[in-house]
Amino acid sequence: MLEIRNLVVKIADEDKQILNGLNLTVNAGEVAAIMGPNGSGKSTLSYVIAGKEDYEVLDGEILLNGENLLEMEADARAAAGIFLAFQYPLEIPGVATMTFLKAAMNAQRKARGEAELLTPDFIKQVNGAADKLGIDREMLRRPLNVGFSGGEKKRMEILQMALLSPSMCILDETDSGLDIDALRIVAEGVNALRAQNRGFLVITHYQRLLDHIVPDTVHVMSKGRIVRTGGKELALELEKSGYASYGEAA
Amino acid sequence: MAAVQETIDQVKSIDVTEYKYGFVTELEVDKPAKGLTEDTVRYISARKNEPEWMLEWRLDAFRRWKTMTEPTWSRVNYPPINYQDIYYYAAPKKGADPKSLDEVDPAILETYKKLGIPLREQEILAGVAPENRVAVDAVFDSVSVVTTFKDELAKAGVIFCSISEAIREHPELVKKYLASVVPVTDNYFATLNSAVFTDGSFVYIPKGVRCPMELSTYFRINEQNTGQFERTLIIADEGSYVSYLEGCTAPKRDENQLHAAVVELIALDDAEIKYSTVQNWFPGDAEGKGGIYNFVTKRGDCRGKRSKISWTQVETGSAITWKYPSCILRGDGSRGEFYSIAVSNGAQQVDSGTKMLHLGKNTTSKIIAKGIAAGKSDSTYRGMVSAHRKATGARNFTNCDSLLIGDQCGAHTIPYIEAKTSTAIFEHEATTSKIGEDQMFYCQQRGLSEEEAVALIVNGFVKEVLQQLPMEFAVEAQKLITISLEGSVG
Ligand SMILES: Nc1ncnc2c1ncn2[C@@H]1O[C@H](COP(=O)(O)OP(=O)(O)OP(=O)(O)O)[C@@H](O)[C@H]1O
Ligand SMILES: [Mg+2]
Repeated sequence: MLEIRNLVVKIADEDKQILNGLNLTVNAGEVAAIMGPNGSGKSTLSYVIAGKEDYEVLDGEILLNGENLLEMEADARAAAGIFLAFQYPLEIPGVATMTFLKAAMNAQRKARGEAELLTPDFIKQVNGAADKLGIDREMLRRPLNVGFSGGEKKRMEILQMALLSPSMCILDETDSGLDIDALRIVAEGVNALRAQNRGFLVITHYQRLLDHIVPDTVHVMSKGRIVRTGGKELALELEKSGYASYGEAA
Repeated sequence: MAAVQETIDQVKSIDVTEYKYGFVTELEVDKPAKGLTEDTVRYISARKNEPEWMLEWRLDAFRRWKTMTEPTWSRVNYPPINYQDIYYYAAPKKGADPKSLDEVDPAILETYKKLGIPLREQEILAGVAPENRVAVDAVFDSVSVVTTFKDELAKAGVIFCSISEAIREHPELVKKYLASVVPVTDNYFATLNSAVFTDGSFVYIPKGVRCPMELSTYFRINEQNTGQFERTLIIADEGSYVSYLEGCTAPKRDENQLHAAVVELIALDDAEIKYSTVQNWFPGDAEGKGGIYNFVTKRGDCRGKRSKISWTQVETGSAITWKYPSCILRGDGSRGEFYSIAVSNGAQQVDSGTKMLHLGKNTTSKIIAKGIAAGKSDSTYRGMVSAHRKATGARNFTNCDSLLIGDQCGAHTIPYIEAKTSTAIFEHEATTSKIGEDQMFYCQQRGLSEEEAVALIVNGFVKEVLQQLPMEFAVEAQKLITISLEGSVG
């Protein structure tokens, strides 16, 4: 589903290379976890997949179902099925969450040549998804993410993911800032979306998320490369021994 | 939300480098020679069949204007205006003083139709539900060509006509109120206007009457090198209410054109006037060539107790905007409001704001100003709030936010606050923010295109002010804002 080959990326206006020939494959139906020390390039990888402009791709390719993502704008990649749950979700003042959700859903439908959602259908979908994630409906009337707590913002990311039903979901430290109950609710939300035709890339520092969202594969990232790949037991091993053996300070 | 989508579709469907209203209507016109002398003033007065007192009033203003100099304190730059190189009057030859629509040149009716302002009452009646009807005074260059629904309004006792007609038909009201809010020598442009004003609207709402429909004036400048000198006077007698809307457009031309207006509002005891403007004069091209110079004096006098005046403005046009709709809060317990959205793009310059002068006891005012600057434009908010010694219990709340798009534009906030009574409570909030690249990326990651993302963020920013406009104008204004910002990102 997602294939990344020899990806070399630097910061656009600086001489700083962050991804150094990264290879990664996520298959349809697979949940892949990425773990790695701070600053190893995990968020950068997620931004480059999603099409953020601050980076320059020097080499390599990113394919989604055979389509070359690097030739597409961020919004086209979203319509093609890429979804990124941000490590730090942005605030959009004055724009009600409902308004934003509808704009996003319709924009993607339009890009795929589908008809706009009817308002009653939209409201039904949103309310249903919000209830499952324990998001108060009152909150949907508030401007998106403005004044939301850290955990509320993360839940809102998962709500958007559920509504946009992407084929490739990237979660960047969605567990940070969540209390124990919220972690469980969010993980249930993700698990409910697991499907044959959908892949997940879960970036995290902690095993406790992977207790809830059990990965098929675990990748270790260090200095802009995937340096080791294993099964779910690899995460447990890292939990014990840290990243020292990968040439990083623990 | 539908409105956002509609906006985007509309933006896409037009060539946005073309100002949509930039067409010219070919007409035979009457105009005197260029330039400004006493003879020009006499000519204008004669063409309007004005009584002697009005001519004397104008001539007096003209003599005073000659002794004055143009103000230079605002943050706008423009080459000196040659006041002798302007036509001060231009009227369509055919049916210059029409008694009915049949005498109006069909080309003019066609023009208004193209602008989306039907003037034939039958057409309006066919297309609009009664509660949404709007009476229109259509001012084309220097003359009012028609005022709709006059008879129906007259039944309610409301006078709605051109100022020229009011001077002839209602001299007692005009004499009593004209220049009673903006004195003849108030400022350079107001004095100029007093000498050469050509047309504009007159409204009188009698005691206790709630005006049965929205009133509006649509100003169109068509002739080349011609100034437009609008004069509007609105009087709301005790306990009355009126909502009034002003719109304006002009053809795309390489030369700058002058629009120097004076608008006076008077609200007596318990009366309320809601005045909205959607200003869409030609802004000039991206390099700053052409466009309207808009020098406007707008002032409302809350003369009566518990009276209320509210200004709402959406400013997207003009090469230069110099405009400070203000309220004099004279009556005890009176209230003034100012809601503004000023959008500038390309090389536009905006220096706008308001004044709230608290004179009466327990007077209140509220200012919400939203400036959006893009391209190489420059936007200044200038606001004054003052409380007189006797204005005990005066209160003001000011919120003034700027949003920058790109890094070549500028936004400035210049507040003046002056309280001569210790019981006044003035609150002031101001923010400046930028549409961040991260915010844009977040929206695009969710599937919104660049234009959709800007439209959404900007709409969020101006929502509080748009809500003040009558519904259909809010939608119109939202479209205008998006169109004005087209090409501002990427
Ligand atoms: N726009 C940028 N400008 C300069 N440096 C950047 C930029 N983006 C990322 N970096 C640098 O690139 C490196 C990788 O950052 P990245 O955010 O991808 O790390 P990460 O693996 O997600 O770390 P963490 O676990 O702390 O979230 C860091 O050293 C970071 O400072
Ligand atoms: Mg990170």
